[in-house]
Amino acid sequence: MELTLSILIGTMTASAVYLLLRARTFPVVLGLSLLGYAVNIFLFASGGLTRNSAPLVEHGLKNLPDPLPQALVLTAIVIGFGMTAFLVVLALRALRDLGDDRVDGGGEE
Amino acid sequence: MNHLLLLPVLIPLIAGGTLLLTGRWGRGTDRIISIVSTIALLSVVLLLMEHAATGEIMVYHSGNWPTPYGIVLVLDRLSALMLCLAAILALASLFYSINGDDRIGPRFHLLFQMQLLGINGAFLTGDLFNLFVFFEILLIASYALQFHGGGKARVRAALHLVVLNLVGSAIFLIAIGAIYAATGTLNLADLAVKVAATGTEQQLLLKAGGLLLLLVFSLKAALVPVGFWLPPAYASASAPAAALFAIMTKVGVYAILRMQGLVFGPEAGPVASLLTPWLLPLGLITVVIATLGVLASRELRRLLAHLVVLSAGTLILTLGLGSPDATSSALFYALNSTLVGGGLFLLADLIAKERGDALASLTLEQPVSRPALLGSLFFIGAIGVAGLPPLAGFAAKLYLLQSAVEHPIGAWVFAVVLVSGLLVVVALSRAGSAIFWRTGNTQKLTSSTTALQSVATAALLLGSAALMIGAGATTSYTRAAALQLDDQLAYVSAVLENRVIVASGSVSGEP
Repeated sequence: MELTLSILIGTMTASAVYLLLRARTFPVVLGLSLLGYAVNIFLFASGGLTRNSAPLVEHGLKNLPDPLPQALVLTAIVIGFGMTAFLVVLALRALRDLGDDRVDGGGEE
Repeated sequence: MNHLLLLPVLIPLIAGGTLLLTGRWGRGTDRIISIVSTIALLSVVLLLMEHAATGEIMVYHSGNWPTPYGIVLVLDRLSALMLCLAAILALASLFYSINGDDRIGPRFHLLFQMQLLGINGAFLTGDLFNLFVFFEILLIASYALQFHGGGKARVRAALHLVVLNLVGSAIFLIAIGAIYAATGTLNLADLAVKVAATGTEQQLLLKAGGLLLLLVFSLKAALVPVGFWLPPAYASASAPAAALFAIMTKVGVYAILRMQGLVFGPEAGPVASLLTPWLLPLGLITVVIATLGVLASRELRRLLAHLVVLSAGTLILTLGLGSPDATSSALFYALNSTLVGGGLFLLADLIAKERGDALASLTLEQPVSRPALLGSLFFIGAIGVAGLPPLAGFAAKLYLLQSAVEHPIGAWVFAVVLVSGLLVVVALSRAGSAIFWRTGNTQKLTSSTTALQSVATAALLLGSAALMIGAGATTSYTRAAALQLDDQLAYVSAVLENRVIVASGSVSGEP
């Protein structure tokens, strides 16, 4: 499971970096979302992976998962969602004002 | 008494909520709420600072959760000093803004209060993930504030700012995950204890996490090579926002200082002094690049933005010296550079407003309408920021160089800091003569600025003079703060030993 998860995180991060480097707003938004997913799964895994266990706490169960990373991931998802929404609006605004969807805005001044 | 510690976070939050509700009332309600809130904030912070000056570390357990599990707010001398600096800067920017700059876009005061909430929270928190949350709050407010007023230059800079900082946030989360996986805690005091005992298997993960944190905080502090977003963003932001932003790079520097002093301190076992060796070269390179930026700027606000980077670089190289004396001088330098930096951004806006279409350009000829007043303010600001006597910039630089004498590569520090100081003087005198003297035959324009704006600007610039007069008291405070920072044990025991005891149904606040 560790191997699957690390390959998954790695693939997502690599794709995200590729999309970010396209330097056009739409791929950048997608890339940042993808990076967010990869990071969330990484955070989730930071508490250690447990199988066949209760999602939170069950009486008498020894092999308990760590609840803290779940809380962290939840917070990170909410923040990431807000940030993505903001970025989409900003990207649309930039397209309207600058007439260009390149992230560098097509040259200085 | 301890509930007071929550107020620097709570006051802007409540003010922000109220502003959201009363947003449509108009007629200056928002201005009144914002000013009342910021004045209240400043008074609370001064009270807290008086308390922190006694050397006691105040700890607030939110929700009364026992320490490693709940979120703690911690106030030591360093946090109190930074809070105070932020509140003073905020009040001056706010007074500057209420003469019209807050009306060029919607909801300025709401964003301003949210920005303060994030800044104060970042200075107070004693938990790494909570630091991330406060960073996000201050960042999203800063994106919107930077964009306040709209326009092409702002949109272009905002896009860079947002994308880079979102990538930074992702890296911050990866660092947090790595550190949590290695140690099983995110409470800073608890981390300070646990990092010393990390096994060999976890060390690599912990080191990677620590260095990723350094990368993220360098991005916030605008250090080379991840700081090139700053000059266009600050140069295009509206004046009150840019003045408040002068503290933002210091939040990054503060976070580095906190991690360096507390978690990766000299007694942290396998990860002892993880960050320190990186800081000096990072700082030196940043200072060199920023100095080149200052020289190359053809617009006053861009020049000032490069000066902000320069001061962040100087701070980081000073922290890289790694002695309490150096830290103390860095704090003194931060006070001066933040106040004067903020003041200069306001001044640049006054100049731009009085020059019509020429704005703050250093190449176009257009006189300002009040050359005597603005010229003298510029002179004071330039002296303060370049580190010439008799203002506090000089004392700060002298103090800084003194602490570098003993260091093995102190000669480099001397060379870089002194040469960059000289070049900054050259650039500033060139800028000053371009604006105030090389005015050609063009007519003066009528001024659209008000007395309150000049007063707010002058107050910040004269902060440097005030610091010089109170230099003795201030440096004894910063030295005490640096010594307190050096004593990790005091911090750790204040946070951890002060555990909230829940015994037989009764809750006792403090032991």
